[in-house]
Amino acid sequence: MSDSGNKTGKLVMVSRATQVKEAALATLFFICAFVAVLAVFLIFAFVAWKASPLFSQIGLWDFLTGTQWSVEDNIYGIVPFLLGSLIVTAGALIIGAPLAVLTSVFLSEIAKPRVRNIIRPAVELLAGIPSVVYGFFGVVVVAPLVARAGGGAGFGPLTGWIILSIMIVPTIATLSEDALKSIPMGIREASFAMGATQWQTIYKVVLPAAKIGIIDAVILGMGRAIGETMAVLMVVGNAPQLFAGINAPISTLTSQIVLGMSYSSGLHRTALFGMAAILFLISMALVLTVRLMARDQKRKTKKKDKRL
Amino acid sequence: MSPVTPKTGMDVLREKKLARKGGLGREHAANKIALAILWLAAGITVAALAVILIYVIVRGIGVISPSFIFTWPHGVNSEGGIWPTIVSTLYCTLLSMLFTTPIAILAAVYLAEYAKQGRVVRIIRFAADSLASVPSIVMGLFGLTFFVEAMHIPMSMLSAAMALTLLMLPIVMRTTEEAIRAVPRYIRWGSYGLGATKWQTVSRVVLPTAMPRIITGLVLALGRAIGETAVVFYTMGLAINLPLLPTESGRSMAVHLYLMAVEGINLPAAYGTAFLLMVIILALNMGARWIAKRYHRRMETKK
Repeated sequence: MSDSGNKTGKLVMVSRATQVKEAALATLFFICAFVAVLAVFLIFAFVAWKASPLFSQIGLWDFLTGTQWSVEDNIYGIVPFLLGSLIVTAGALIIGAPLAVLTSVFLSEIAKPRVRNIIRPAVELLAGIPSVVYGFFGVVVVAPLVARAGGGAGFGPLTGWIILSIMIVPTIATLSEDALKSIPMGIREASFAMGATQWQTIYKVVLPAAKIGIIDAVILGMGRAIGETMAVLMVVGNAPQLFAGINAPISTLTSQIVLGMSYSSGLHRTALFGMAAILFLISMALVLTVRLMARDQKRKTKKKDKRL
Repeated sequence: MSPVTPKTGMDVLREKKLARKGGLGREHAANKIALAILWLAAGITVAALAVILIYVIVRGIGVISPSFIFTWPHGVNSEGGIWPTIVSTLYCTLLSMLFTTPIAILAAVYLAEYAKQGRVVRIIRFAADSLASVPSIVMGLFGLTFFVEAMHIPMSMLSAAMALTLLMLPIVMRTTEEAIRAVPRYIRWGSYGLGATKWQTVSRVVLPTAMPRIITGLVLALGRAIGETAVVFYTMGLAINLPLLPTESGRSMAVHLYLMAVEGINLPAAYGTAFLLMVIILALNMGARWIAKRYHRRMETKK
């Protein structure tokens, strides 16, 4: 794409001083770009370093499979939080992903420009609302409603699902719309020419073609949901217990870290950093999955092109 | 970000009546139902936004007064205004803007103009994507251990600004790179043809042309930073303070809102803070939109 610059920008006709200056600038730019790599490396290194006593003092196996979390007894098993994160994320995806994908299909296939010009900014604005405002909305509006409908205090997975599913809609919808827009018009025209209705075209032609892109969007939405901190912290009730119903308080990895950090020390702190390291690894794994899927897709289309 | 969405292929198909809306009998019914569901989904999304916005505005607007904005909180924060938190928020986000802008733009210049598309670029892109997806709580803990504990910078505007820079960097890098790539190639050729060096071409031709879109990206990232809570929580501190030096601590609006909502002693202040946060973010969003629109119009008239 950018090879234009590389080929035409050869410095042959300029003075030595200019050449040196250009090379120095190029190096500076490279360093700036490398900041991102350095940052990711440092984040992992520091979090892992702070979590490292965990191996000798708790044991990785006990940490990952222990079902009891008790600061007084110095017992740190994170199964309740792993399950909590899983439950909250899964529920948010079950509600949020279809909503987001359908919205993106609407934006790319159905909406006329005038309608699109209202809905797309709305989606972008949803992405801009701070998570603490979502959490606040959950506390003052959703939780009382949930409490009235299902009893209890209203803080638990159900409230978390409602809030979180709205929060991941913009992430998934934007990326999924990009995927849909990149599908060539020709295959839609072909479908319409065969007499297919709009829905048949969407369902049988457009969605299958954009499948990988949509799955990527959902995976990144999942990453957003797992890593979401403040909103989840404010609405799930925060009790280090196993799932006891959609209205009973639970804790997630993120919410437990915030709660614990304020008074933690020693082994407790180590355990919290261990949870942070796990969150980091999960988010890296999700990004990597998306990458690999995209690469796989590229290779497949290349093969197809060759056959043609 | 496209304020005036250009006509897509679908629009053309629809105008020429080539997209079939209906069908025969059952197909027709199925099509109708499916389209209704799509409308419904989009409607729910917009309704969710509307409910949150309207709720925050209705409950918050009554709290806003000059004294709420410009005075300190007193008592156990049960009365008074939020002035120090507004200053702290703007202080640290603008500071982080100062760090982010040059690094992110130059990094994007490297990726779009200088780098050979190979392994190094792939690694940098992957790192940027990963950085963008690091959960904010992990970023906060990193800020605490790295900037505050290892580098001995106190919990302050400076630590928070540096941690927020890591948050904004991948966002601005991506939008800037897209903006640079959208600059037509012939403009570069013209510049090279006149004998300009690469840096001259980039700094005087490519970047100015891409600037509106770069600014749009910056403004949106600024919105993210202003609303960020978990990162600021661990790097700026919680004490209410009116910061003068970058090494002073403070409490941001987002953190204030969190503490007010959890403590529940002063809900009106929480509504007011939420309202102000939303107003700032709405204004930034609209500002970004306005810049993009103006730019779009200019390009149209040039054509």
